[in-house]
Amino acid sequence: MNFIEWIKQPWPWYVAGPLIGLTIPALLILGNKSFGISSSLRHVCAACIPANVKFFKYEWKREAWNLFFVAGIFFGGVIAANLLANPEPIQVNAKLVTELAGYGITDYAGLMPAELFNWPALLTLKGLLLTVLGGFLVGFGTRYAGGCTSGHAIMGLSTLQWPSLVATCCFMAGGFIMANIILPFILSLQ
Amino acid sequence: MQQNTIENTDFEVRSLDAICVNKSDIPGKWYYNFKYLFVGLGFGIIFVKAEIISWFRIQEMFRLQSFHMYGVIGSAVVVGMLSVWLIKKLRIKTIDGESIVFHPKKFNKGQVYGGLLFGLGWAITGACPGPLYAQIGTGVTVIIVTLISAVAGTWVYGYFREKLPH
Repeated sequence: MNFIEWIKQPWPWYVAGPLIGLTIPALLILGNKSFGISSSLRHVCAACIPANVKFFKYEWKREAWNLFFVAGIFFGGVIAANLLANPEPIQVNAKLVTELAGYGITDYAGLMPAELFNWPALLTLKGLLLTVLGGFLVGFGTRYAGGCTSGHAIMGLSTLQWPSLVATCCFMAGGFIMANIILPFILSLQ
Repeated sequence: MQQNTIENTDFEVRSLDAICVNKSDIPGKWYYNFKYLFVGLGFGIIFVKAEIISWFRIQEMFRLQSFHMYGVIGSAVVVGMLSVWLIKKLRIKTIDGESIVFHPKKFNKGQVYGGLLFGLGWAITGACPGPLYAQIGTGVTVIIVTLISAVAGTWVYGYFREKLPH
């Protein structure tokens, strides 16, 4: 197996997790930046549609680093998908495969289920709920909570902040409720 | 009195928010920001290669069907804690020679209400804000709609923030 074949395999958690953890000292040492991604959504609001809302009236240009950072994440996705893509279908737990088959989800070629996330699906109630409502909850919820998985779960816990532990527990609680109780109804929609 | 309460809440909310406290005092040229683009680049590649941006992996996590995501987040936190501890212990400075500062977060009810709402959205979209950018990068272009909706959600929060319990 050559290097390219080797690197194209899915990376295990004990490689990815520590590398993500190292983003914290990298950002701190490069310029005193606290790791956090959901703030980028706020900067977009401040830059494009401040509409005289006090929450969006600040010098967003001083926070431009965050927008460069998320642009990097986008290009990282481009590079990984085009040069380092895993040719095999994604391997998931057999129980999940069985459950999802019940909703007509059987395509494991991509990282996202092609049956759910595509442009024509936007015209269905199911597609609207998954993309539009889901996105809204992510944007509203993260800002209300003052951070997302990166700012609270990773940066907040790394600096031993108990409010971040509360937030992280609430993220997980919300996720468990949605995935196990509400999402089955959404996925059952035609 | 009522006015004061709102202002105090506002201060707390602002101090909670990473963007209001992580200013470097050294004004850099705009292109200095490209270093963050490269950090993001590596980050995006990890997101894709470890399948963190996969809707399937997030569903597994919230059904306790796989250890993968717990391993990723858990080991990231452990490495992050060690790094922060070392930075404090050795008084490591930034590449510009500034002291590295940490800002305590204050508790408010937003972390509970907002946290629950974000959790609901996380399980629907299979993405927190970071993975949204990477998902679009991998070619799932419809996620642009999800990202715009997330920006809209942030805006609506900003608009109604004074009326929401914190």
